[in-house]
Amino acid sequence: MDLSAINPVVLVASLMVAATPILLAAVGELVVERAGVLNLGVEGMMITGAVCGFIVAVTTGSPLLGFVGAALGGALLSVLFGVLTQFLLSNQVATGLALTLFGLGLSALLGQGYVGVKSPTLSPVDLGPLSDLPVVGPILFAQDIIVYASLLLVAGVWAFLKFSRFGLILRAVGENHDAAHALGYHVIRVRMLAIMFGGACAGLGGGYLSLVRVPQWTEGMTAGAGWIALAIVVFASWRPWRLVLGAYLFGGVAVLQLNLQAAGIKVPVEILSMSPYLATILVLVIISVGRAPGSLGKPFHASG
Amino acid sequence: MTETLLGIEGLTKAYPGVVANENVSFSIKPGEVHALLGENGAGKSTLVKTIYGLVKPDAGRMTLMGAPFEPAEPRAARIAGVAMVFQHFSLFDALSVAENIALGMEDPPKPRDLARRIREVSETYGLPLDPARVVGDLSAGERQRVEIIRCLLQDPRLLIMDEPTSVLTPQEVAILFDTLRQLSAEGTAILYISHKLEEIRTLCDAATILRLGKVVGSCVPKETSAREMAEMMVGGSLHVPERHPAPPGETVLRLSGLSAPSPRAFGTALKDINLDVHRGEVLGVGGVAGNGQDELLGALSGEILVRPGMIEMEGRDIGRVRPNARRRLGVLAAPEERMGHAAAPDMSLTENAVLSAAVRKAMLARGFVRWGQARTYAKEVIAGFDVRTPGPENAARSLSGGNLQKFVIGREILQDPEVFVVNQPTWGVDASAAAAIRQAILDLASKDAAVIVISQDLDELMEISDRFAALNEGRLSAPRPAAGLTVDEIGLMLGGAHDMDVAHLDHAEAGA
Repeated sequence: MDLSAINPVVLVASLMVAATPILLAAVGELVVERAGVLNLGVEGMMITGAVCGFIVAVTTGSPLLGFVGAALGGALLSVLFGVLTQFLLSNQVATGLALTLFGLGLSALLGQGYVGVKSPTLSPVDLGPLSDLPVVGPILFAQDIIVYASLLLVAGVWAFLKFSRFGLILRAVGENHDAAHALGYHVIRVRMLAIMFGGACAGLGGGYLSLVRVPQWTEGMTAGAGWIALAIVVFASWRPWRLVLGAYLFGGVAVLQLNLQAAGIKVPVEILSMSPYLATILVLVIISVGRAPGSLGKPFHASG
Repeated sequence: MTETLLGIEGLTKAYPGVVANENVSFSIKPGEVHALLGENGAGKSTLVKTIYGLVKPDAGRMTLMGAPFEPAEPRAARIAGVAMVFQHFSLFDALSVAENIALGMEDPPKPRDLARRIREVSETYGLPLDPARVVGDLSAGERQRVEIIRCLLQDPRLLIMDEPTSVLTPQEVAILFDTLRQLSAEGTAILYISHKLEEIRTLCDAATILRLGKVVGSCVPKETSAREMAEMMVGGSLHVPERHPAPPGETVLRLSGLSAPSPRAFGTALKDINLDVHRGEVLGVGGVAGNGQDELLGALSGEILVRPGMIEMEGRDIGRVRPNARRRLGVLAAPEERMGHAAAPDMSLTENAVLSAAVRKAMLARGFVRWGQARTYAKEVIAGFDVRTPGPENAARSLSGGNLQKFVIGREILQDPEVFVVNQPTWGVDASAAAAIRQAILDLASKDAAVIVISQDLDELMEISDRFAALNEGRLSAPRPAAGLTVDEIGLMLGGAHDMDVAHLDHAEAGA
């Protein structure tokens, strides 16, 4: 066993890459849940985004267009969820679970001709001398653009919820949809927009897996990332910045355990493999104090 | 001169199985304070929701300032100058006061300016409010201030107020009335919905009376007696609670130095409460919301456990006895919040009966619920307290506030308590239901039970209490015989206009 083979700088740089898909999916789901909707279909939207992004990137040769495709694919699938739960008032939990199963099947079908194909991938941005700095260079200034975009998205969502008028309305709809309706806000319209945003973010997260993290298409390649994103939203008490903590912690332990496996540590592989899930949930349970949005998961129907 | 601000002609709205409004016509002049009277279910809510754009009428038309007025949504109504204070508060618990107010405005200013304007308006009208506080931590009275200020900030031409005074003290009511008169003098019309007829007589210029969705009459409240108005509302003669005064019996409940912290984050701790309660008496506890009412009820019902020796029932220390064991001893309670505290909204009336009456009404057998027994008891409560519902299998949520309140009170009273504690027995309940509830409380006392009524409605307390005590910041004043107490004396017991700036009151009176 040789722990000296683990380079902490490379470790930190790669944990950000490992965490980005989960962070993207989680920030989308956070907005959906703050609007009072519980969409358990994150995993299905992620894998659909992964395959859509892969197909678009391979066809056009542009990874960035691939990400656009990934976001559209996730959003389209979420519209299905939105129509079922918001207009046809189906049960959100059951519909979300069905969406995951549907997404897994649909992506396998769409991706049949793409197994083993190599996709164009994103190269890290080159910030010249900044990227060459020791330690901080590889960590902060030599990532790909989606890593920066995901952090900007978290900041944007935080500011949107905290400072903007529409963010306030979204929180109000999630907190008490009857009162929001009484004040004349369009509960279903706000929720549909939130659901589509959540779908697009989950799609982006999936696209990051198939275009950067891996980068190729395999069936079921999300491997539970969507579920971890859902858990992180709850344990982060629906606060954007805590998502970063949760996602990076998960990414960190995931990368670390891979390195430990490679270094031949004398711990069963199964225990190492479950460690990211355990560590994330443990830490987030300890810090979680928040309360869920008041109307989370409840069906809304305007009456009276 | 017949200038009309809001005219309503032939308004009709039907829901499946019920006509909420039938051919309703009346008009409001600018600056007029117009009362809308009627029992629960008379169609007042539907009517004001129509004016506020939440309900589309089936027929009829409305005009505002002579122009056709058909608000498709509340936003349109607000833009036209119609504002509304809701009876069931339309507030968001997790948001701050300022955020709640911003949500009710068409074009809210920047957060800092909004906070400043909230402070200005709240101080001018004597309704102090901290814009940064989270609404979930406010008392019922404070929550209503949020609603009122939200409306006042929009400079409305017509202000709709649904039961605005039910949670205010007489001093607060006086200040609110000064505010409303000031607004009316500035030309703002007020559509005022209340069950409190004396209030309507002091405040309102005109009244329209609804019964079963139809206008059954109108009157000038100042020239009509409260009894006449009540009878128009009910469509018959009104029952006034009767009491049979009896000499007080032995002491059944003794509180000695009762102190307890509040379980809520911004609740009020109980501080050194000393009290003897006798059999056969009704003890009224007055005070503004948020002064320890919930905590006092909790300490007596067993939801809040206190240190040994603080609560004794017939010489037995019950401070650490839990709610079901207290029920077995005969200490029953009915909390203020009907939905979620006194009753589980999504459970049937039968199930709700089990929740509090299982112990005393023998509904349990070897760990199983005897549902037949429970259903019989629920039916007994429904029949005995005139609860209007198709049957005990209906969910508590489906009952109107007044009917659910009758069920909740009846469920406790029919268990023959030795000590009965009730908080806000008639909040948001119409006149005839309130009279029935008060009569039931008096009947219970005449059967030798001790009754503690916690209420913010002083008229109610004066009507039914033998002795009166005031709860202020968690301290209870020494009880005094209720007969002969004047409003000023009560005001002193309550510690003056609590939380009010007296200078502004003087100012408002000088201006009125």
